[in-house]
Order: sequence, then C-alpha cells, then structure tokens
Amino acid sequence: MGLDVRAFLALTSAGFRRWSTYRQATAAAVFTNSVFGFLKTYVLLAVALGAGGAAVGYDGPMLVSFVWLGQGLIGVVMLWGWTDLADRVRTGDVVADLLRPVNPLWTYLAADLGRAGYATLTRFLIPVAVGLVYFDFFLPTRPASYALFTVSVALAVLVSFTFRYLVNLTAFWLLDVRGVMLLAQLMMGALSGLYLPIRFLPDWCENVLWYLTPFPSMLQAPLDIYVEYGGIGTQLAIVSGQLAWVVVGFTACGWLQRRAAWKLVIQGG
Amino acid sequence: MLSAYTRLLVAQIRSQTQYRLSFLADVVSTCLMSLLDIVAVLVLFRVTPALGGFSGRQVLVMAAMALLAFSLSDLLVGNVERLRFYIRTGLFDVVLLRPLSALGQLLVIDFAPRRTGRVVQALVILAVALFLVDIDWSVARVAILVVTPLAGSLIFASIFVAGATVAFWWVESGELANAFTYGGRDFTTYPVSVYSGWFRRLFAYGLGFAFVAYYPALFLLDVPDPLGAPIWLGWGTPVVALLAMTVAACVWRTGVRHYRSTGS
Amino acid sequence: MAIIEAEELRKEFVVWRKVGRLRRQRQVVSAVDGVSLRVEQGETLGYLGPNGAGKSTTLKMFTGVLAPSSGRLRVCGLEPVSRRVQLTRQIGVVFGQRSQLWWDLPLRDSFALLRHVFRIPQAEHAARLAQCRELLGLDEFLDTPVRQLSLGQRMRGELTAALLHGPRVLFLDEPTIGLDVVSKQAVRAFLTQLRDQGEVTVVLTTHDLADIERLCRRLVIIDHGRVVHDGSLEALHARYGSRRRVVVDLDAPWEQVPGLSGAVVEAVEAEGHRVTFSLAEGVTAGHVITQLAGYAALRDISIVEPDIEEVIARLYAASDDARSVASG
Ligand SMILES: Nc1ncnc2c1ncn2[C@@H]1O[C@H](COP(=O)(O)OP(=O)(O)O)[C@@H](O)[C@H]1O
Ligand SMILES: [Mg+2]
Repeated sequence: MGLDVRAFLALTSAGFRRWSTYRQATAAAVFTNSVFGFLKTYVLLAVALGAGGAAVGYDGPMLVSFVWLGQGLIGVVMLWGWTDLADRVRTGDVVADLLRPVNPLWTYLAADLGRAGYATLTRFLIPVAVGLVYFDFFLPTRPASYALFTVSVALAVLVSFTFRYLVNLTAFWLLDVRGVMLLAQLMMGALSGLYLPIRFLPDWCENVLWYLTPFPSMLQAPLDIYVEYGGIGTQLAIVSGQLAWVVVGFTACGWLQRRAAWKLVIQGG
Repeated sequence: MLSAYTRLLVAQIRSQTQYRLSFLADVVSTCLMSLLDIVAVLVLFRVTPALGGFSGRQVLVMAAMALLAFSLSDLLVGNVERLRFYIRTGLFDVVLLRPLSALGQLLVIDFAPRRTGRVVQALVILAVALFLVDIDWSVARVAILVVTPLAGSLIFASIFVAGATVAFWWVESGELANAFTYGGRDFTTYPVSVYSGWFRRLFAYGLGFAFVAYYPALFLLDVPDPLGAPIWLGWGTPVVALLAMTVAACVWRTGVRHYRSTGS
Repeated sequence: MAIIEAEELRKEFVVWRKVGRLRRQRQVVSAVDGVSLRVEQGETLGYLGPNGAGKSTTLKMFTGVLAPSSGRLRVCGLEPVSRRVQLTRQIGVVFGQRSQLWWDLPLRDSFALLRHVFRIPQAEHAARLAQCRELLGLDEFLDTPVRQLSLGQRMRGELTAALLHGPRVLFLDEPTIGLDVVSKQAVRAFLTQLRDQGEVTVVLTTHDLADIERLCRRLVIIDHGRVVHDGSLEALHARYGSRRRVVVDLDAPWEQVPGLSGAVVEAVEAEGHRVTFSLAEGVTAGHVITQLAGYAALRDISIVEPDIEEVIARLYAASDDARSVASG
C-alpha cells in the first residue's frame, strides 16, 4: 500500500487549493482568533502583574507570544471541526477509499498537510502579526529555537491529525459521531494549553497531561519551545515527547483502521 | 399565538430526542464547557493572588454572574447561530412562508433543551460564589441580583441575534459572531480593569459588556471601581439591554430584507 | 381587481465571478428583468422558461421571500415583503426543492402542526385534509416520517400542506420535477381538479411542457428574465406558425394532386406510400382528406398535433437573436 512522493505532493497541493477557496471562513477565523488573542493577552498580563511580574516562569512578553502564536496555531493544528472521514463513513463512500491501492491514512494526511500549509500563510501569520504590532512580543534568544519551533509545529500537526483521524474512525462503530466529536474538541481545547498554559495547573495534573495524553504535544509544546521555557535540554525533551506521540498516533490509526476495514468486509459495514 | 410556537417547540424536542446518544454527549459536553470557564478562573488564582485589583472570590462573583447571563441567553437564543445553515441551504424560504415572526420561528425550531442544564449549573455556581464573599444584603442588592442576570442575558441575546444576522450578507462568516458572543462571555468573566486601550472601550462600553456583570458586581460587593466609575452604574444594565435590543432588532430587519435565497 | 399585479418587476443579484487565480469581478445578474403581469382570480397560469430564466426568483418575490430590486408588486392586494405575515395566510406555496414539512415527524403530525401555525379552525382543517387524502391517496404513508417518503409521496404531502389553510393563490415551483410517471399523473390530475373548481388561482412554474398542455390555459414564457410570450397555447402556435399535420398512407405511390388547397406537402416517405401534409391556419384535416380521397385510395390517416417543444425552441432562438441584435 505505497504512495509515491509525486502522488503525495499532488494530494497535498490539492488540499492547499481546496482550503484556499474558503475565503470568507478564513477571514472570519482570523478576525475571531485575533479578538480572542486580545482577550487572553490582557487577562494573562494581569495575571503576571498580580503575580509580581512573572507567572510560573512566564513573564509578560513570553505570555504575549504564547497567546498570539497559540491563536495562530489553532488554525494550523486545526483543533476542531474536521469530519471529512466520518462524513464519508456515514455516506458509505469510504468503501471506495478502502478499495484503492493506497492507504487512506496517507491520502488524508497529504490533504491535511496541504490544509496546514495554507493555514500557516493565513490563519497563523496574520494573528501573529497583529500580536507583534500591538504588544511587547518575546523573540527567542537562541537561533536554534526557531528551527526547533518549526519542527515542533510540524510534529504538532501530525499528532493532531492522528488524533482527529482516530476520532473520525469511530464513525465505523457509532451511527452518529457528533457527540464524540464534541467531547474530543472540548479535550483538545482545554488540555492542549489553548485556554491557559498547562503549567498553570498543579504539578501532578501537568505531568499526567504531558506523559499520558497527546494534547500538550498539539499546542503547548511548540509554544513552550518558542518562548524558551527551560533550556535547550527541555526543548529537546519536548520534541522527543512529540515524536513519541506521533509514533503512537500512527500505530493506533493503522490498527483501528484495519479493524474498521475488517468490520466492513466481514459484517458488511 | 403562543400556542403555535409551543407546538413548534414540542415538535422540535420530539425530533431531537430521536438521536439519543448524541443528545447525551451534547448534554455532557455543554455542561463541561461552562464548568471550564469557572475552572479557568480558579486555575488563574492558583498563580496570582489578584487580578485587575480584585481578589479571587470577587472575580468568582463576576464570573458567575456573567456565566448565568450567558447561559440564559444561550438557552433562549443561542440557536440563532443556526441561521447561517438556513440561509446557505435556502431553508429560510420556508421560515418566511409561515405566518409567524421569522426570528421567533428560528429560536423555536432549533431550541435545545439540554442547555437548561447549564443555567442550573450557573445558578449553583453563583450561589456558591455569593456565599464565599461578604455581602451586606439590602433590598437594593437583592433587586440588582435578580435584575442583572435577566437584563444581562438580553444584552447577550442582542449580540447573538445581531451577530447571526451577518450571515445575510456573508454566508460563510459563521465564526465572526463568535468573537462577540463567546468573546463577550470571556470578556465579562473578568473585571473590566484587566483590559485597556481601545479594546476595553469597544467591549466594555461600545458593546455594553461592562454592564453584564462588572458594574452590578461592584454594587453588590460595595467596592469602588479602580477605573473611577460611579457605583450607581450597577443599575444601568436594563437600560443598556434596551438599547442593545433596539439595535439588534434594526440589524435583524435590515438583514431579512437582504436575504437573497439561493439559486435553485 | 387582479389577484397578482406586477409592474416592471426586477431582481438583481450581485455575484463575484472568479477571473484568474485570485482576482474576482463584481457582476450584476438580472434574474428578473422588467416583468409586468396581471393574474385574475381563478386563473391557472403556466410560467415557463429554460433553466436560469428567472422563474423561481419571480415566485420568491410574489411570495414575499425576496424583496424586489425595483418595480411594483401586489399579491392579494398586499405588498409581499412588508406584509409578509398577512400574505402567508392567503397563499400556499410548494417549492419543489424546499420542504415545508417536518423532516423527522410523520406526515400526519406536520399537518397537525400547520393547523396551529396557521390557526386553521378544526372543522375546516379536517375537511380539507380529508379531501386531499382522498384525491392524492395519502393514507398509505400518513404515518411515515417525512424523511422516509419517496419524492412523489413527499410532493403529494407538500401540496396538501400548501392547501390546508385555504389559500386564494397557490404557487408551485416545478411541482413535477424528478417525479415518477405515476406521481406526476396524480399531481396533474389533482391540479386539474383544483383548476376546474376555479376557487384557487394557480401559478405554476415548470420546464415540463406536458404540465402546461394539461393544466394551463394561459402561458407566460420568460427567457433571461423577460416575458417573451403571454397568452394562450393556441396564440403561441398561431404566432410562431406551427401547424397541425396530417399523415396519410396510400395504396399507390404519391402523385401531385392538382388544385390541392389548404395544405402543403412536407415529406414523402416509404417509396411514396406515406405523405405528410402541413395544414394552413384555419383549415380542418377533414377538408384536406376529402380532397385527397377523390384521387387515391387512403389506407390510413393520422393527425399530428403541433409540437410545443419545437415552438418553444424556436421562440428561444428568436429571443436570443433579438438579444444579440440589441446588444451587437
Ligand atoms: N440567490 C441567488 N444569488 C445569485 N444568483 C441567483 C440567486 N438566485 C438566482 N440567481 C440567478 O438568477 C437567475 C435566475 O434564477 P432562477 O430564478 O432560479 O431561474 P429558474 O427558476 O428559472 O431556473 C440564474 O442566473 C441564477 O443563477
Ligand atoms: Mg427554478
């Protein structure tokens, strides 16, 4: 079930083009994410002020960039609202996907990378520019941080993709996935560091999230790397953690997809 | 008249409960969602002792009042968000072909009773928050406590309606309204003194969000505004609500005239 | 007083067309471009036109769904958009694509709901429903949720729903589109009966010519938002010179009949054994056949009615020519 590089790139570019046609939605999302950027910035700056300048190791500028990069990354990592696969399962079209000589996991991944690429140019860059203009933005002191940030964002997209793919796969067993989808979105929002840096949580809670769930790897990870939370050792540890979740994610997707295909063949759906 | 809406409502609930599992998941996640707002406040106060000059308990009162106003309006008019679906599919045509108010029908045909859970939850949280602070109860304070959530929910409701109306011009702009509805909820959760600049002026005064919880809470707690506003502004919520509703009604009427249906 | 009065009715849509990869161009589409129309109480009007001619847009303005860009419009004496609520009580509407029924509820419940929505007196509601049940054969699927109905069944439900409150005008947008033959016939038969009762004014859009031939005495044809014909079917034939034809099968090969009047030979087939004549206006088939019988032995005779499809095709071609002349 191989997929050659050219086909993969063609699918990626198709994904990019598809998302570039949703202009109104993109403009609306950029606007909304920016408004929430202002809201969170003011609240977190007030927290830092109240805490005597820095909150749990984040000072003002670090929090500002944490918020605005986070607001930009929502669209790239796409924390919610992807139901392409589940929709095709519901309509039965998925049979066609499974009959093709390529693994649908890779075709959906290619399309999702195209989407993430387009989102980087719009939903990421514009809010970040807004944050840069209006607030005192933290800039990394070590050049390596930029490279690590880029890698970490790419890994975050992969982690998020595998998680969303798994949730979509449940459509093979559940008639109506809206409920599961809603719960998944809630967790992705609350536990990934989007609402608040998860380092604000009690230590035990933070550790459970970092080690036992993929959520921090979707957002908090690249943000912490950018603001240089801890030294280079911490940064490398974060990236390795993400890498581990990518491996776990794809393994789980492959396994569950085989079960789904099996179910389709044996039980006729 | 009322009976027509009631019947529509009952029909809507009957068809909604046909999808049981997702109904249940909906109830659970909406409840979790509003709990999250309060948990966020608690987490922040783990990190800092004060926010915008207020203690954790004081902020909790504001947050709970905001949550109650928001959940009430979300219960009553939150589903106006579905307007864009009706516009995109052209189903709004059918709404216009019935001898009832278009807005009234929209609110009823997608009424989501599961959201009552959030109102109850907000009431409990508010009760707890009020218990945790010292309030010198008087008739005026009780009156403001009763009036504010209702008037505040009307402010939110106006924002919901005006925000959804954008879809008449911009069908795919769904998320845009979220900046002001859910954004408004987040804004009102924290004291206005936290924000600054044009952003504060726009949200607190331009859109009237300072009146949803902040000024009334100052009145309840008998705390002066760090920004210097007079204490009697706590009574302003109904006036602001009336203004907001007037504006929303005008926006809505203009929007309906701009409806262009869809080519078949 | 006419029940529908439209003067110079116009509707323009602004659309953004894609030109090139990124640029978009603003373009104004005149969906309805100066339609003037009077419909009297009790008429059955066929509103015909090719796809995109502006039929649905006209109907949406008539029913208060869309505000006209300009022009004057009165339906039942009301200005549709500003008096929308009053108007809805006087009109019934079936838009083929949009259901007014409750998707998840049985048909019966939808009808009951409509009684409350329109505040129809119980007795009236029961009487009308009983009539529709009989004429449209609703009984076998009255308890089925609407989402499980076939298109034909749903359309019969929609018709009933549109009539329950006793409207003065019934607007039907493509009521037979996509229906199977049986349902099409049921719908047409029902509408014929409605027409013959003469109480309800019916305005029906379609691009199915059979609907028009069966149902409508008056025909309004629009193309590109403009009325290109308003009158009876016969008037249309007269105007565009379409003729009835007589086809005769002969024992012996055809030879020209001297002094044959009122008919022209159109085609000679089957080695001269089959001849098609087209009749001049006002000439009966009998007149021609009597003349022929004097010269040759006729084996078989058939009369072919003029083909409305052809007439309309010609009409559109003519209106396109006119447009290109006007713009070029
Ligand atoms: N909501 C709309 N927005 C933009 N263009 C529209 C809209 N509705 C109709 N049109 C355009 O107006 C013209 C007439 O459409 P319509 O009235 O639906 O035609 P018909 O019903 O005769 O097929 C078409 O060119 C169509 O594309
Ligand atoms: Mg049409």
